[in-house]
Amino acid sequence: MEPSHSASHPLAIHDLTVAYHRKPVIWDIDLDIPEGKLVGVIGPNGAGKSTLIKACMDLIPRASGEISIYGKPYKKQRSLVGYVPQRESVDWDFPVSAQDVVAMGLYRKVGWFKPVRKKHLDKAREMLSHVGIEHLAERQISQLSGGQQQRVFLARALAQEAKFYMMDEPFAAVDAATERAIVSLLRELKNQGKTCMVVHHDLATVAKYFDWVVLLNMRIVDAGPTDLVFTEENLRKTYGGKLSLLDEAAQAMRHGKSHK
Amino acid sequence: MTWMPADTSIVVVGSLCAVACALPGCFMVLRRMSMMGDAISHAVLPGLALGFLLTGSRASLPMFMGAAVMGLLTAYFTQSISKWGKVDRGAAMGITFTTMFALGLLLIVQATDHVDIDPGCVLYGALELTPFNTFGVIEMAGYIIDIPHSAIVLSIVLCMNLGIIILLFKEFKISAYDPELATTLGINAQLMHYLLMAMVAVTTVAAFESVGSIIVIAMLVVPAATAQLLTDNLKIMLVISAVVGVLAAVMGHISAIIVPPMLGFDGTSTSGMIAGSAGLLFMFVWLFAPRYGLVAKLFSSRKIEVPEMVASRDSACPK
Amino acid sequence: MKMFIRVLALVLLVLIISHPTADASQVHAELAHGSQLAGGPLRSFELPPWEDVQDVLMLRNYNTKLVVLSTMILGVASGFVGSFLLLRKRSLMGDALSHACLPGIVLLFIIMASAGGSGKSLVGLLLGASLTGIIGVGVVMLISSTSRVKDDAAMGIVLSVFFGIGIAMMTMVQKTPGQSSAGLIDFIYGKAASMVLQDFVLLSGVAVVIAALCLLLMKEFALLCFDQTFGKCIGLPVHLLDVLLMILVAAVTVLGMQAVGLILIIAYLVTPAATARFWTDNLRVMLLLSALFGAMSGWLGASLSALLPRMPAGAVIVLMAAVLFILSMLFGTSRGILKRVISHRQLKIKVGRQHMLRAVYELIELRYKTSAKLSLPNKSIHYANLLSHRTWSAASLSHLLRRGKREDHIEKFDGMHVSLTESGFGEAARITRNHRLWEIFLITHADIAPSHVDRDADSVEHVLSPEMVRELESALEAKIDTQVIPPSPHEFFVADKPEGEKEL
Repeated sequence: MEPSHSASHPLAIHDLTVAYHRKPVIWDIDLDIPEGKLVGVIGPNGAGKSTLIKACMDLIPRASGEISIYGKPYKKQRSLVGYVPQRESVDWDFPVSAQDVVAMGLYRKVGWFKPVRKKHLDKAREMLSHVGIEHLAERQISQLSGGQQQRVFLARALAQEAKFYMMDEPFAAVDAATERAIVSLLRELKNQGKTCMVVHHDLATVAKYFDWVVLLNMRIVDAGPTDLVFTEENLRKTYGGKLSLLDEAAQAMRHGKSHK
Repeated sequence: MTWMPADTSIVVVGSLCAVACALPGCFMVLRRMSMMGDAISHAVLPGLALGFLLTGSRASLPMFMGAAVMGLLTAYFTQSISKWGKVDRGAAMGITFTTMFALGLLLIVQATDHVDIDPGCVLYGALELTPFNTFGVIEMAGYIIDIPHSAIVLSIVLCMNLGIIILLFKEFKISAYDPELATTLGINAQLMHYLLMAMVAVTTVAAFESVGSIIVIAMLVVPAATAQLLTDNLKIMLVISAVVGVLAAVMGHISAIIVPPMLGFDGTSTSGMIAGSAGLLFMFVWLFAPRYGLVAKLFSSRKIEVPEMVASRDSACPK
Repeated sequence: MKMFIRVLALVLLVLIISHPTADASQVHAELAHGSQLAGGPLRSFELPPWEDVQDVLMLRNYNTKLVVLSTMILGVASGFVGSFLLLRKRSLMGDALSHACLPGIVLLFIIMASAGGSGKSLVGLLLGASLTGIIGVGVVMLISSTSRVKDDAAMGIVLSVFFGIGIAMMTMVQKTPGQSSAGLIDFIYGKAASMVLQDFVLLSGVAVVIAALCLLLMKEFALLCFDQTFGKCIGLPVHLLDVLLMILVAAVTVLGMQAVGLILIIAYLVTPAATARFWTDNLRVMLLLSALFGAMSGWLGASLSALLPRMPAGAVIVLMAAVLFILSMLFGTSRGILKRVISHRQLKIKVGRQHMLRAVYELIELRYKTSAKLSLPNKSIHYANLLSHRTWSAASLSHLLRRGKREDHIEKFDGMHVSLTESGFGEAARITRNHRLWEIFLITHADIAPSHVDRDADSVEHVLSPEMVRELESALEAKIDTQVIPPSPHEFFVADKPEGEKEL
């Protein structure tokens, strides 16, 4: 095992437990994420996938544990981390346009009290063009489709210009075109040497999209390179006795492997 | 401090009102519509004023009807504005009830020639005058204890609320728990909602004259919220909220007698004190409730229940 | 909606009918009684002369100038703050806050009175109000975060308990002889007419600060309201901002109490903001409009109250705001009901037209078997085939055809035949082409089974913008010749049916 808290690890978690009403949601997590990988966080509903990500960003209190981002606590490393929350977490009726939302990723750079300027909006547009929806920059966000909204969130995270991205279910309920756009974006980020940790729910695409996986069900079942870790036995451990799911998973695995 | 018959009747009227409010209040709190009580109790004002302007008398049936209609209209407008105008529910409620209250104020100002409907009276009532407004005897009853007029009215309303809730207990329960499920089961959740609103409106009117609407707002929410911290069972919650309501009425009146002299004042508003006492009771329970209280939580938050699945930590650890 | 208007009309009627005649002494008795009368001892309901109306509206009348101006300034400040309160979905928090101000007002009154003053220093009273108001908001947040009691109940508790305590304290003061507490009750119902120059200066000063803070912190507040979690992630002190927003709400509440009273101040905060939302999807514009509507309500309300007898300013201002709200809800250009009804209807018409024209085109195509270049428009098809081509009733089809004729798309139709005009043919060809482009796009790009495509295209193509079509064209360039209409990628249901024998 490599030493924890090493500055080369985008994320190092030691002994993390998060509880809600005394019931643990995730339990005793030890995890080191290597740099430059596309990491999928896989597990059944209620396994604590989102909780893990939120705990890493100090968004929810933890009962115990230490988390470091590139060797230092999150508070000191905010600028290195980009975040894509779940799409349902906000009110899309809010009176702002797509580029306004993307510009929110730049607020740290804009600074207190100062207005968002043209150059920031230009930057926001550039980010939108990265996700292929530059032509919708002026559109109010409620007039975007679900997939486009997800892309706006991605563009906002890109605007943060981070080294390590955490994404909470970016593939949930998006159209095929958006899914492809996200995947190509993830690969682009990887090629730039950045690390992405993505909560994912679709077993069929795990092997295709990610080169590293974390199997989570309250605790870490296993974590490592997809080829080694994404095995039938591990999935059985992760998903428990849900047989139908297991069949699906086994199929998915064969499918995924054959894709490689 | 000497306890006089008048004190008994004040406490009785206060308790009646508290229980009459606490029962529908439980469902309001469970349906997360606590602020609707506040909205309705303000919004009945134009109904009262209209009823009064049309009949020229107070506490008449038209006034009750007017207020009940206004109560239902508040619920209806709130819903339509948030549905058709896509306005946040809270905002829709705020817009509706302030508009209606403003209308009521205007109407009352027009009516002040005829008789003294004091808008202040509507809000904080004059519970301490209850014994003087007895059933049948209008002027000066003094120590002779007659049944207060408002006690009769409030008893009727209380019985009505109790009757409706007992008769429709399971319907209310399921519509409070899950309106959509209720609808699929053939219970009209919308109808139950409006029935609840009507109960609140009628209770508000019954209470406004003697105890003021501030007590209605307090008693709709505080006892129910207190009971919610003490039990998970709806029936027990109803009972506890009634008990908390009565306790608040008793404590409120006693403190209305005791507290002002201690501070060097002559007297105070019993209604206000009852609301304050209810708050005190809530605070106590909030802190010390056996299971859901703050102190109990603080003491147990260190312990995390070990889930069975994790208890046997046999599987591979991550590298 | 209709009911609301009817109730309004009824009330106005009652207002007009029930005007009583009385003498001035009664008015004074009333004033002493605590009801409010901004207009002075005018009793009949005669309309004031036009010069007076002008004087008041144009702020030339000194007596009313202060009142009208201060309600307008207040409207601007509350318009700004209220927008964020609305977007934060905390509208009712403002209500709880304003009620929670009462004990602070009375407390400071008692303290100041016992310190020897008159107890009526506005600054002091406002300080007290802010104190308990903020405490009240804090308690709401504490209750809902530390117990299973939800935030709505927490607000109800704070509102009623704080207000009850305030009433109890106020009654104590009132019942004590020798204490002049007149004026305290004005904070509950408001009494704009009692405003003096000193109050005005204080009010406008604070209002300017509030408005400036809202504008300076616009992007921070916007992020707080839109996506608090993300704000936290980029290091925004969201809790601090939340508290600051509540302080601003408290400040507006406290300022507004003198003008409209603490019960109705929530209307000042929420209604203009909700009104503005109907007109725009842009936050900046919304803030400005909200301020404008706030100022307008204040101006109209205070003026009306000054001009007409027996019109308490607070109530009239709130009613003016409500009227603006109702009008905007109906006619707002961004989210108004009328606009949505119209655009829904337009979409329906457009969809109907496209279905009809495409059906005609497809039948022409089938009948004359020339899918690549159809140019002659004067070809007709059988009405019966058209009727069975889609699932539509004879009535709705003839409705569509009649409209088509009015729009010069259909040359003629009778029970037997339907034919297109030249422009109708062009339009039908364009529509069909879009439809097929979209279908092919879906098939080639989205792995959708061809049998499912038609329905998808039906729902999407109607909202397809010209840019989108161009995009499709460029995406599909390799596949098809852009000048021709591609053949349908799936078989028509009616294609296997035998054709009618008669030709025109």
